[in-house]
Amino acid sequence: MTVFWILLTGSLVASCCGILGAFLVLRKMAMIGDAISHSVMPGIVIAFLLSGSRDSMLMLFAAMICGLLAVFLIQTFQQSGIQSDASIGVVFTALFALGVLLVSLFARQVHLDQDAILYGEIAYVHWNVWEVNGVDLGPKAVWLLGVTLVVIVAVIGLFYKQFKLCAFDPALAAACGIPVALFHYLLMGLVSMATVSSFESVGAILVVGLLIIPAATAYLLTDRLGRMIVLSALMGIASTFLGYGAAVVLDASIAGCIVCAAGLLFILAFLFSPSHGYIAKKLRMRKLIETQ
Amino acid sequence: MELKQRSIEAKAPLTIQGLSAAYQKKPVLRNVSFSVEEGELVGVIGPNGAGKSTMMKAALGLIPRLSGEVLVYGKPYKQQRKLVGYVPQRESVDWDFPTNALDVVTMGRYGHLGWFGRPGAKERAIALESLAKVGMADFAGRQISQLSGGQQQRVFLARALAQDASLYFMDEPFAGVDAATEKAIITLLQELKRQGKTVIVVHHDLATVQEYFDSVLLLNVELQAYGPTDEVFTQELLQQTYGGRLAFLDRSRNHSDMLATKG
Amino acid sequence: MQSLWTLLNDPNMQWIFISCTLLGLSSGIIGCFSYLRKQSLMGDTLAHAALPGICIAFMLTGTKSLLLFLIGAAAAGIIATFGIGFVTRHSRIKHDAAMGIVLSGFFGLGIVLLTIIQHGSYGNQAGLDKFLFGQAAAMIGSDVLTMSIVSVILIAVCFLLFKQFKLISFDPGFARGIGYPVAFLEQLLMLLMVVAVVVGIQAVGVVLVAALLITPAVSARYWTHRLGAMVVLSGLFGAISGAAGTLISSTAANLPTGPLTVLAATALFFLSILFGPQKGLLAKQFIRLRVKRKLELDQSQLHAKARVAAAETEKGAAL
Repeated sequence: MTVFWILLTGSLVASCCGILGAFLVLRKMAMIGDAISHSVMPGIVIAFLLSGSRDSMLMLFAAMICGLLAVFLIQTFQQSGIQSDASIGVVFTALFALGVLLVSLFARQVHLDQDAILYGEIAYVHWNVWEVNGVDLGPKAVWLLGVTLVVIVAVIGLFYKQFKLCAFDPALAAACGIPVALFHYLLMGLVSMATVSSFESVGAILVVGLLIIPAATAYLLTDRLGRMIVLSALMGIASTFLGYGAAVVLDASIAGCIVCAAGLLFILAFLFSPSHGYIAKKLRMRKLIETQ
Repeated sequence: MELKQRSIEAKAPLTIQGLSAAYQKKPVLRNVSFSVEEGELVGVIGPNGAGKSTMMKAALGLIPRLSGEVLVYGKPYKQQRKLVGYVPQRESVDWDFPTNALDVVTMGRYGHLGWFGRPGAKERAIALESLAKVGMADFAGRQISQLSGGQQQRVFLARALAQDASLYFMDEPFAGVDAATEKAIITLLQELKRQGKTVIVVHHDLATVQEYFDSVLLLNVELQAYGPTDEVFTQELLQQTYGGRLAFLDRSRNHSDMLATKG
Repeated sequence: MQSLWTLLNDPNMQWIFISCTLLGLSSGIIGCFSYLRKQSLMGDTLAHAALPGICIAFMLTGTKSLLLFLIGAAAAGIIATFGIGFVTRHSRIKHDAAMGIVLSGFFGLGIVLLTIIQHGSYGNQAGLDKFLFGQAAAMIGSDVLTMSIVSVILIAVCFLLFKQFKLISFDPGFARGIGYPVAFLEQLLMLLMVVAVVVGIQAVGVVLVAALLITPAVSARYWTHRLGAMVVLSGLFGAISGAAGTLISSTAANLPTGPLTVLAATALFFLSILFGPQKGLLAKQFIRLRVKRKLELDQSQLHAKARVAAAETEKGAAL
């Protein structure tokens, strides 16, 4: 049963991140995703301190505020003339530092140590179950991630054409009367939500791996946005299974192994993708030279 | 004369009053006012950095304005969005985006679909028809990064057609396209004009201005001149617009010499 | 305050304090060049990529020496840089995504190796996890010495090659034209960045060491338009952050140095963004007002001109 819960949790994390990651990669906002995943830290700790529990709605909310605050600050600094790279760097390191400091100061109250920030505790998800009237309803993390996934699928599904147009051609989207800024912050809010829900399982930093790597892999394998999103989630799920297997064999961090597996899948796609792979491109090039 | 001007303005496709915009410290567009008549092809001409694209973007609300008013058929632009089509510069989007030509053209219909509507068979049909009008029907399923520059430009035009607007803004549609595309674009512009639509085009090639446009708007941060092509596209006004930088005007000079002799 | 004073009297603490200040100084200086070359996040990527390098160096030798870690991390950093370049050149993946892939992929590998080390039979492993968030107080004498020497070398190289680095940051094409070995200089700058990141890891930690490269440089940009002054200021900001972080962290147990150093740098950044005379918020508000007034003035002049012109044409018509 333990294995089942771990794999289910991992797959849910991978699906949430994969869907949103596709948009991040296409909008060239991969590093903003990285920044958000670091920046939700202080929100999580503050919510812990206020509510005294680690699975409240308050935590989701506080972390989302922090994520959106980070995006807002990054944009403000960019508009004031700081390079985008540098403004991302300044903002996320500051917020993450604040989070780590709070953890260190209140370590006893929040039952959260520095290791958990980095690795997550996916191996222990089944310990923290949700019970109603003595009935075991399964791990809380699974419920939290399940709700997050439903929200993500619903929002992206409802506003698919808006998200797509905002990603491809924001100028036209604005000219069509689509509130571009609203959808931008909606996407960022969803990313924050996914990051927080995944945080407990895979840690703050490895979330980035699952946001970006499977989406980039899918980007190399298809030319349709819809397929890319599905493929991105599938790649993440495949990484979960591969990574868990590797972690058992190596006796190493599960979250770390999942990200390594995702990286491995990316390398395979980069080399062997029939349409955009390195080898296919080289072969096409050679054929072109020969025919000339 | 003035009375007539005003009666046209009331239902003119586009009226801009006192439009100003700035990037950071420098005003790049200062107090521009003009009014365009229905069914006209207007060329916007001016040197680099004269604010040609900025004027379009400010008019469409894509960048904040410092001041000014934009009326489309007599009402504020925000109420008339569906009547306005926009063709941005080709470089403004990422052509590696995972989508095909037909899908890009279908995006032109998004403004008409409302918040929750999804593109269906009707939108597909309109998109296919628009692609056919620019001679790209055979490329509907092609991934957009595999199109040539001219073909990408035609896809953008087809998308504008699918918008089914009455007033079009086009930002340098002729930049870096092949002869076939240039011809396709100009045929299309004529077709739009025949349907009574109004098109405003940012244009770079001075040699073709007289051939393509009914009216010319000379811009260099401020509005220099605006009116029928044969009245405004003169050497004197061009010199004024471009400052001393008009070394490449040989061909145009011949044109204006011809005009002068004709006059 | 009393405890602070006793801390500063402790010779071991004095050394740690000096070395962290030097570290901040050198990172601030190098950060300026990476900021101007628009590579701020490269520091972050290099820091994350260093983790597997450090772990492998430890697994191979079984010893914890800063010099060995430096070699391992530099090798990993070079592979990471090469990987990012290769992926962006040979596929449709853009630079930001490539950076994210390499950063998280390497870090994932590092975490895997770290857990293998912790679960394995490597006796001397205690303290390797301190690398994640930095603990300056945990440094031993030889580390402190290495860190100080390396920092001084970094500063010296930047001082000697200042005009070369300036030119390749501003206009690499021109630098190539006048015969500079641009590719070599770029690689050298990247290597300096790797070194700065690796020596900083022990004090500030893998996750946050990039801030030492980024934040002081951005802050300095608000005070001056001249590169020389910017480099000096950035170094100064870095040094203050390093000193403040170390001091505060040593006053209490269980306070990691990294976050404190970063927060000190962030505080300086906020001061700069508010009060910087070049692009600071207050200065900008002032300029904006002036532009607006100028525009209004221009327009009223324009109207006046138009009136005069109209009057003249009327006169002409009357004649």
